[in-house]
Amino acid sequence: MADSRLQIEKPERKERGPVWDVFRRLSKRITAMMGLVIVVVFLLSALFAPLLAPHDPYEHSLADKLATPSWDYPLGRDELGRCILSRIIYGARISLLIGLIVISIGIFVGVPIGVVSAYFGGKVDFIVQRFVDTMLAFPGILLALLLIAMLGVGLHNVMIAVGISTIPIYARLARSSVLAIKSRQFVEAARSIGSSHLRIILQHLIPNSLSPIIVQSTLHMATAILWAAGLGFLGLGVSPPTAEWGAMLNGGRLYIRVAYHVATFPGLMIFVTVLGFNLLGDGLRDALDPRLKT
Amino acid sequence: MANDILIEIKNLSMYFPMTKGIIRQQKIAEVKAVDGVNFFIRKGETLGLVGESGCGKTTLGRCLLQLIRPTSGEVYFEGVDLCTMASDHLRSIRQRMQIIFQDPFDSLDPRMTAGEIVAEPLRVHTRIRGRELREKIAELLKIVGLDPSMKDRYPHQFSGGQRQRLGIARALAIRPSFIVCDEPISALDVSIQAQIINLLEDLQGEFDLTYLFIAHDLSVVRHISHRVAVMYLGKIVEVANRDALYRVAKHPYTIALLSAVPIPDPIVEASRERIILRGEIPSPIALPPGCNFHPRCPIGVEICQKEIPSPREIEEGHWVACHLA
Repeated sequence: MADSRLQIEKPERKERGPVWDVFRRLSKRITAMMGLVIVVVFLLSALFAPLLAPHDPYEHSLADKLATPSWDYPLGRDELGRCILSRIIYGARISLLIGLIVISIGIFVGVPIGVVSAYFGGKVDFIVQRFVDTMLAFPGILLALLLIAMLGVGLHNVMIAVGISTIPIYARLARSSVLAIKSRQFVEAARSIGSSHLRIILQHLIPNSLSPIIVQSTLHMATAILWAAGLGFLGLGVSPPTAEWGAMLNGGRLYIRVAYHVATFPGLMIFVTVLGFNLLGDGLRDALDPRLKT
Repeated sequence: MANDILIEIKNLSMYFPMTKGIIRQQKIAEVKAVDGVNFFIRKGETLGLVGESGCGKTTLGRCLLQLIRPTSGEVYFEGVDLCTMASDHLRSIRQRMQIIFQDPFDSLDPRMTAGEIVAEPLRVHTRIRGRELREKIAELLKIVGLDPSMKDRYPHQFSGGQRQRLGIARALAIRPSFIVCDEPISALDVSIQAQIINLLEDLQGEFDLTYLFIAHDLSVVRHISHRVAVMYLGKIVEVANRDALYRVAKHPYTIALLSAVPIPDPIVEASRERIILRGEIPSPIALPPGCNFHPRCPIGVEICQKEIPSPREIEEGHWVACHLA
């Protein structure tokens, strides 16, 4: 028994690589694992919505409007008699889509800006960072509102607007990581080898500055969902029949005194999902901390 | 004589400006890290460069390789001046000169495997790819005494000595003729130091390498160098053949340095005279007038406070920058 345990532990640990390492460290934290479970449930319901939803989220029945939870309709029905559970499950798709697109815009635009700014330094850095400062000076949601005012209402524009407002955060984050890395000897080694700027940036700087960005994007997933719900609540997001958490919350708001469940369950979903991403993000921040590695 | 010189440095200086203000930068002072240095290195030889921390040894090595562009002066590599060379051209000449770093924990990219690290110079400078590249990596790892099967490991899975071997393999990958060894052993355990020194010596014979060996450990420099240069506050104060320097050092700073080397014999150690320098090393921002060394010099006279001593060749190949030598 003791023999086989020794065999399992020693050789396998080395082979599995950095991703497994992070997961192992993550699994030691209960809160992080709770976050991970919530996030996985969220992802699965978004991906397999048609299989999981008990009813068609758009099928309405005015006769059953505002019906309270029952066996058939576990979370009750909304103001048009639609199944709230099904709508929440379908709503996860929109939230996931918004989160992914917002973060992609932030990362693919913000990170290169930050890396170039930090790597070349001097005047380039000065000018780029003043732009970033200007953008950061606006509260994010206000910037998003401003952009929607310019671009017009709609899901696409919400995603673009929230995405753009996250760019300066990623730019700043990437810049600070690269500033810390660029003075390290392996970057100088790459220069002494004769590597080009592009190669140094792609091969050395970006991979080594990724962990804070991964953490930030997990946390941003929560923010993006919250903002999109907020904008949906204000009626700036998706157009009416679409199942979206913020819009559902807004729809239920009018009936809160007669039928608590219409607004409560979408609100709880937003709360739980955001909490899940935040817990996971916090856990990842600890698990990816380079000081824990030796 | 002239054509066996690989590297020649003429009047090399590196001043780091200290600035004030953000938008309109004003220069308020200069740090003279390297100040008017001249020397040459012959093909196949090892020049040891010693001096205390902060005297500009590392900066000199960086300037030599143009990793920092020097403020003024010339660096001739096989007769070509590198200081005036455009960056593009410089990148291709980097194949011929490499560097081994002091800290083996900082000089390897933690996100790359050993194989990728060693392959990088080959990817940059050659068209070797695929199986040929893998064979080449295995060969390089074998040359520096690492098991080729270790190529998929990450730097943190290696020990300090093994990491330094990886650094050497990376430097050797494109077959340079000149390597700056920037205190390559000072971050290692004593038992590992000897292994790395021996490896560097073996490689020098095998690949016909020329070294600039930067260190602050005089006994190691004595072991590996053919000639030794002593640096103090950005200036070379004495250059000589190894034996001449260790036997008949002329510059009072060199003499003081040598007297500080511990001798592994308690009787000799107890009876010998040790010169302890007065005071602190002056700030390189506000250098003393005259000879840099005069505030701490045990034998200084009046002229030392006024005139900067220029290097004189007192014997064949033995240069000293001191009024009294």
